[in-house]
Amino acid sequence: MQELTAKQLRNKIAAGHVSGVDATTEIFNRIEKFEPAVGAYISTFKQKALEDAKAVDEKIAKGEALGQLAGVPVAVKDNMCTTFGATTCGSKILQNFHSPYNATAVRKLLDADAVIIGKTNMDEFAMGSSTETSGLRKTVNPWDTSRVPGGSSGGSAAAMAAKMCFAALGSDTGGSIRQPASFCSVVGLKPTYGRVSRFGLVAYGSSLDQIGPVTNNVEDAALMMNVISGYDKRDSTSVNETVAPVCDYLEKLNESIKPLKISIVPTFNAGADEQVQKALNEALKVYEGLGAELIEIEMPHIDYAIAAYYVIATAEASSNLARYDGVHYGHRTENPKDYIDVYSQSREEGFGKEVKRRIMLGTYALSSGYYDAYYLKALKVRNLIRQDFSRAFEQCDCVIMPVSPTTAFKIGEKISDPLQMYLSDIYTIAANLAGIPAVSIPCGFDNENLPIGLQILTPPFTEDKLLRIARMYESQKDWNIKKPPIVDSK
Amino acid sequence: MSDIEYKVIVGLEIHVQLCTQSKMFCGCALSFGEQANSRVCPVCLGMPGVLPVMNKQAVEYAVLAGLALNCKIAEFTKWDRKSYYYPDLPKNYQISQYDLPLASNGYIEIPIEDGQAKRIGIIRAHLEEDAGKNLHATGNFSQVDLNRTGTPLLEIVTEPDMNSAAEVRLLAVELQRMVRYLGVSEADMQKGHMRFEPNVNLVVTKDGREYKTPIVEIKNLNSFRALERSVDFEIQRQLDDFLETGRVMESGNKSTRGWDDERQITVLQREKEEAHDYRYFPDPDLVPVEIKGDWLKEIESKLCELPLKKQLRYVTEYGLSDYDAGVLTAERSTAEFFEQVVAEGGDPKRACNIITQDLMKAANEKGCSVAELGVSFKGVAELCKMVERGDVSATASTTIAEIMVTKGGDPEQIAREHNLTQTSDAGELEAVVDQVIAENPKAVEDVTSGGKKSKKARGFLLGQVMQKTKGQANPRIVSEILKRKLD
Repeated sequence: MQELTAKQLRNKIAAGHVSGVDATTEIFNRIEKFEPAVGAYISTFKQKALEDAKAVDEKIAKGEALGQLAGVPVAVKDNMCTTFGATTCGSKILQNFHSPYNATAVRKLLDADAVIIGKTNMDEFAMGSSTETSGLRKTVNPWDTSRVPGGSSGGSAAAMAAKMCFAALGSDTGGSIRQPASFCSVVGLKPTYGRVSRFGLVAYGSSLDQIGPVTNNVEDAALMMNVISGYDKRDSTSVNETVAPVCDYLEKLNESIKPLKISIVPTFNAGADEQVQKALNEALKVYEGLGAELIEIEMPHIDYAIAAYYVIATAEASSNLARYDGVHYGHRTENPKDYIDVYSQSREEGFGKEVKRRIMLGTYALSSGYYDAYYLKALKVRNLIRQDFSRAFEQCDCVIMPVSPTTAFKIGEKISDPLQMYLSDIYTIAANLAGIPAVSIPCGFDNENLPIGLQILTPPFTEDKLLRIARMYESQKDWNIKKPPIVDSK
Repeated sequence: MSDIEYKVIVGLEIHVQLCTQSKMFCGCALSFGEQANSRVCPVCLGMPGVLPVMNKQAVEYAVLAGLALNCKIAEFTKWDRKSYYYPDLPKNYQISQYDLPLASNGYIEIPIEDGQAKRIGIIRAHLEEDAGKNLHATGNFSQVDLNRTGTPLLEIVTEPDMNSAAEVRLLAVELQRMVRYLGVSEADMQKGHMRFEPNVNLVVTKDGREYKTPIVEIKNLNSFRALERSVDFEIQRQLDDFLETGRVMESGNKSTRGWDDERQITVLQREKEEAHDYRYFPDPDLVPVEIKGDWLKEIESKLCELPLKKQLRYVTEYGLSDYDAGVLTAERSTAEFFEQVVAEGGDPKRACNIITQDLMKAANEKGCSVAELGVSFKGVAELCKMVERGDVSATASTTIAEIMVTKGGDPEQIAREHNLTQTSDAGELEAVVDQVIAENPKAVEDVTSGGKKSKKARGFLLGQVMQKTKGQANPRIVSEILKRKLD
């Protein structure tokens, strides 16, 4: 059963060939087997998941209409609110926080009859690129357990890679879906800003955050996008469908884009490791073999993306995380001297190092006298990067670049050097700043058998095209068939 | 001491709670006095993952108020986060407007003596969400009630154009009347719907030199009386302080004082203005607001004649006293009722009398407005005409109005049924007068002799006529006949 894609599983369940309960049971067997080594989940809901699966089976028995994810065991990153279990954001400060409401994306999964099996580990408040900043759990890369799974959606990517779910949701503020997807050899898509509702996604950088799928293959990503996309009146930044209609991403998925013009930024790509560049060039050759035309372009402002990102994201974060103060919910210090102490001690005890660092960075950037020099300037850079992309898209269908300059690094390798960690986001951040959709798909392995990802970026609200371009490559090179050793050996 | 003069300078920061159906950024109903934390949802509680959604009605109300304050309405405005930590602010930032307020550069006129108006400049007016309330009970803890959290507030900042406590009060009353007219706020000070924070200082001229005293901001004012008295107190206190210490305004020596209503004094709360850094930045969860085109026109169409303008017009157009015009225009519905009566042909002064005396008395007793009494403006106009024609006396008109309120009905019919009409037919009355003169020679003599008793005797004869006609004679006409016969 584990060889099935989410879509195949759904169809088998719908056809009555597999029961929903069996699928969920199978997944929990695998979780029991691999989770102790991988550590992808912060919480799992076996009993509830089995009940939900049973409800799907009953629907089938009664011949009722079924959702697009009927009976499919899905994992959700632990920064999306659920009324069941805790919603921790990988932080001690929310370790025991139980949300009174479901995030819109979660509700849509449930409405599509998905079975939510657990909440996945992540960098604390999605701040990190390795899942090492989680205050609650350590997650390793199923391809090499001495290495990080990437982050911040490392739990979702690791769970997907170890087939401890059939699909997962992640969130991406600066690469948090795409980079772990590339480290774990799965597909990860960051939709256009505004395509998927952020309601119920615990905010990190509000103008950058976006929920997206982490799946085994492109088709499942399209399926997940069908379920979670769309306008939400509770999110003012979600885009009205009269402006940008949501389409059926599965409908034309296997139709190639012809002619296909691909832009590449050679000077920018040259910053990646040799093996990553090699895999990228081979992937481009695959596209050329399919008749694509390559255009070499410049993106004059992309070098400033990291600097702009770490100002904007941290500024927003410093404000977004102000609410975790021990007053209304979450961790509260035991014996405060006064109410100021409730704030400072609760936050001191509840937040980890990286979160504190980013809160301080952001607070500084927004401070009187520095606002213009940092925040305002970063916003200007952001606009220039947006323009770089719109100019590029005038003459091409997509831009292709690496996802990460390296393959998965060793646990502990970069955690003490924040700047090195930040630089690992160099290729992913621009899509968030520009608000455009981008996908990471597996494109090979380095000589240590570590996965490499290929990143494709397209104009706003062209996820359909993005998925089709990704599918073109996938149909030629099915790296998904390869399994991580941890799963293979047992 | 003799060569000391001073000028009072007051500017106001005002918060007006808008009477929208729901809160500024979520669907919770507004509340007052409900059980603590019963009118809350994840959004106004600032739970993880929630997002604000702008209340369009609040923006419309704010724009309407901005237009009434003669402000320039911003075509493009946005929401900003104002950061500070306080337990009654669940997100630890307030959604407000920083550099692009919804309205700016306006003025409000306040009535000063003799039907004159004075302009007070409005610097800006912007929308923001209210915070909750910290409750300090006994024990070593405090509680927080978040029912009020997220209530839409219009913050209005005036120029320091007021020069006395009386002017401050006039502005407050005028603003209250204005926002009630517009229907954008209940503006009840006791309920905190309107909160005034005066900034007061003096320019003292001593020995030909000018000195500015340090600015004081006064808080905790929950009535017009407290507002006026606190400013008066502060004027005297600052003058005394200046004479005693010579302290003058410097950068950073603005202080905050709270009004102690029991002791009728202001008490120092914060010595120096803290160097707050609110770290304002545009709220990424909300989209900018563009107020123009059809939307703006639609809001503009809801603008009505403002109370002060109405009041002044009633004086010039209808010849009403400034006082009566003020009473009639205190509430929009009453003023509109009055105007309907006049439009229906009721004499303005007569209509004013019936409304401000008879109907308002009944309305006060019932605890409703004149317009809500159930009396039709047509009926009142008819009643006015009846009094003007002399069909009924002014006294009878009060009785008729009373019956119109309690039992309803048409004034003419009421007058007939209750024998309240009066005879103005001179021929008919002349016969009665003749009879009375014939029956009361003594009184007639007193009148004609023109002595001290003359006036009293005249009254007696009039009374006799009224008695014979069962009170239905028009006393004015009877007096005229008597005068003609006896003088």
